[in-house]
Amino acid sequence: MKRSRTSLLERCYVGLIFFLLYAPIVILIICSFNASKSRVVWGGFTLNWYTQLFENEEVLSAVRTSLALTFSAALLATVLGTLACIGLSVMKKRTQQGIMSVTNIPMLNADIVTGIAIMLLFTRFWNLGFLSMLAAHVTLGVPYVILNVMPKLNQTSRQIYDAALDLGASPVYAFIKVVLPDIMPGIFSGFLLAFTISLDDFVITYFTKGAGINTISTMIYQQARRGINPEMYALSTILFLVILLVLWIVNRIQASRPQESRD
Amino acid sequence: MGKNLIDLTDITKTWDGVCVLDEMNLSIKENEFLTLLGPSGCGKSTTLRILGGFVTPDKGRVIFDGKDITNVPPNKRNLNTVFQKYALFPHMTVEENIAFGLKISGKTDQYIKDKIAYALKLVNLQGYEKRKPTLLSGGQQQRIAIARAIVNEPKVLLLDEPLGALDLKLRQDMQYELIRLKNELGITFIYVTHDQEEALTMSDTVVVMNQGYIQQMGTPEQIYNEPENAFVADFIGDSNILDATMIRDELVEILGVKFPCVDTGFGCSKPVDVVIRPEDLILSAPGNGRMDGTVTSVIFKGVHYEMEVMANGFEWLIQSTKSYPVGTEVSLDVDPYNIQIMHKPASEDEKAVAIDE
Amino acid sequence: MNKRKLLAGPYLVWAVGFIILPLLIVLYYGLTRADGSFTLENLTAIADPIHLKALGQSLLIALGSTVISLVIAYPLAYILSKLQSGRGGIMYMMFILPMWINFMLRVLAIQMILSNNGLLNALLTFLHLPAQHLMYSRAAILIGMTYDYLPFMILPIYNAMCKIDRDLLDAAADLGAGRIVTFRHVVLPLSLPGVISGIIMVFIPSISEFAIADILGGSKILLIGNVIEQEFSLSSNWNLGSGLSVILMIFIFISMAVMNRTDSPEEGLTI
Repeated sequence: MKRSRTSLLERCYVGLIFFLLYAPIVILIICSFNASKSRVVWGGFTLNWYTQLFENEEVLSAVRTSLALTFSAALLATVLGTLACIGLSVMKKRTQQGIMSVTNIPMLNADIVTGIAIMLLFTRFWNLGFLSMLAAHVTLGVPYVILNVMPKLNQTSRQIYDAALDLGASPVYAFIKVVLPDIMPGIFSGFLLAFTISLDDFVITYFTKGAGINTISTMIYQQARRGINPEMYALSTILFLVILLVLWIVNRIQASRPQESRD
Repeated sequence: MGKNLIDLTDITKTWDGVCVLDEMNLSIKENEFLTLLGPSGCGKSTTLRILGGFVTPDKGRVIFDGKDITNVPPNKRNLNTVFQKYALFPHMTVEENIAFGLKISGKTDQYIKDKIAYALKLVNLQGYEKRKPTLLSGGQQQRIAIARAIVNEPKVLLLDEPLGALDLKLRQDMQYELIRLKNELGITFIYVTHDQEEALTMSDTVVVMNQGYIQQMGTPEQIYNEPENAFVADFIGDSNILDATMIRDELVEILGVKFPCVDTGFGCSKPVDVVIRPEDLILSAPGNGRMDGTVTSVIFKGVHYEMEVMANGFEWLIQSTKSYPVGTEVSLDVDPYNIQIMHKPASEDEKAVAIDE
Repeated sequence: MNKRKLLAGPYLVWAVGFIILPLLIVLYYGLTRADGSFTLENLTAIADPIHLKALGQSLLIALGSTVISLVIAYPLAYILSKLQSGRGGIMYMMFILPMWINFMLRVLAIQMILSNNGLLNALLTFLHLPAQHLMYSRAAILIGMTYDYLPFMILPIYNAMCKIDRDLLDAAADLGAGRIVTFRHVVLPLSLPGVISGIIMVFIPSISEFAIADILGGSKILLIGNVIEQEFSLSSNWNLGSGLSVILMIFIFISMAVMNRTDSPEEGLTI
């Protein structure tokens, strides 16, 4: 559905929604440079909040926890999910569907229930802490990985795997040399999605985190309840810029892939 | 054949700076089966889309039935299209697809019901009313797409490579179906294809296009037997295209050998292009013909053998019902009226176009 | 060949350990008292007027934010899908981008604008209009949720629209359909799977939401998510919290089953 004209009215509409969507973020960024603590009075330009931010051990430790948690959770979810897809692809359709419906539960269920469930599991048998958060985040990420990898495995991979075996490759060699490159885009976007979901998550982290440990999300939540601290604006600004950068890089990578031919 | 139904005058269209159609003029008669034939990118699909109203030409007019419809949107035109990939609505049943246009024009339920039954009978798909098009085979979807178009009783049916996605056997069957349909409906068909055999089989008129220009327009016989330039000769069927010199009227020198021919008016000692169809070359024992050579390959093609003969430095393509083993010395000859003489392209550019294909 | 099946092993163990087992534990807590004896009280507790009111409010706000997002997102996705592929793709990315900004930060940004001495009121005062006390109201929660979840509605609808073959629109026009008929009979039904995914992606997080209500609604407005959260964090009545969670889960699965009859929710979830 491309190549129709957009009218002036339509452009205005897009512009309006764009404004509403970004105005809060832009204001947040502006406030991070505001010397006055007030949200409406401009007290002059300052980088104070940024310097304070980097001296705030609570913030720094939350950032560290977030990064460690998100990276390890996304990685683990990607490995587990990809292996699962390969295993599932040789199973019977019925078994596959059965397992998939279980897999989809964390994705479709309310986060609050998933969070509580894993919290109860850990308090009953172990302790809450980094591991419980990790387990929760991996559980949440795997369905997204499977969802991205599975379709890629179902179609061509089967045939090219057989072709590789036919040409004398061992199963492991065939998998690494032929199937893996073929499903790599799926694995990549699965990883990316698991990463984003994990980084963005608040609810599940809130329930599964132990005392005294915080991710960025839970820390901001605590701060927001206490009253707003401009340091948080500074943190938001940095995060926003990092995200822009990451998305730009990802887009670059995707753009460098060969494009489908247009007619 | 009746009066002109459609007149395209000076149609020009440019996409992203590339000229797809350059001042094209084309007249289409009533009840004609006209085929636009050419390689991809020659402008044939754009011409069809201009007729359908999906593309507005940069310049020029589209006259339909005496009225200028250049700027009339597709939904207000009395012609219907069969799309290349069928474009059946996946969320509707066969019946709903066919009824789509009729409902818009406000026909009664009974009329629509009768029309659906009639159209499905016409395309041999009775009993498929309630099926979803996505569950049908390519050939069946094709028929539904045709049925959906013809129930609206258009004056012209536009078909955009409709058989392109079908396998060979089905394609041949559908060619006969289309001819039958055209005769039963008595409307104008404008057909786009890159398959020369399809074009020759079905059409009353073939328009050969390349790079936005009409290369030749005529009956299938004219196009095949009297190609006007090397591009047409090469695109339509297999042929031997050679550089030659017109010695004088009715005598041409090909690869240093003089051949009598029937063409006149090319001047004296002028370079020309010569086309000789492979089936027109006559093979005989060495010394009997005009040019001796050696058979370099033989392939059995069913109705005939296809051979390549190296003679005077040119690899000749020859079709014959009699085969000669590889390595045999043979002699070549050709009847004067089977030599087709053509002017050399005027510019290097045109020549490049010809060699391209 | 069967060896390949074993690769799914680690994940299957994981799924049993971290999906099925935890839910069984929730069910166990929900069906027992603190001393471990069986009871249905924790489930029937939903009939308690406070809980019922919380569930009702949640439902109302979730429906509200879902409908508003849909109304905003549908025309937007339609317009974006009409743009040329290069520019449309970039525009679309811009609208999805807020999804990658931390959930809490987006709430924070809304809080900043809506609060009594925030930017909205400064603007209203500047225009000589009466200031609004939006903070700590249902409206604030509704605005916050809609703002937060809007991209999740745009994403699947845009994807569904882009999948519509341009030829189908040409075919409709060819058969005599004007823009309205084409929209009503071709674009709308073909974009419906995206709409359903969008509804699910917005409705489920909205109905179980507690953090947005906490920050933008203060303690004044209690949603079912807040009730459950408080049973775990404040009252420490884990059995009651679990019981209500079970009810919430059942509620969600029923509403999903209703919406899901036409299409699978997986559509459009990929980037």
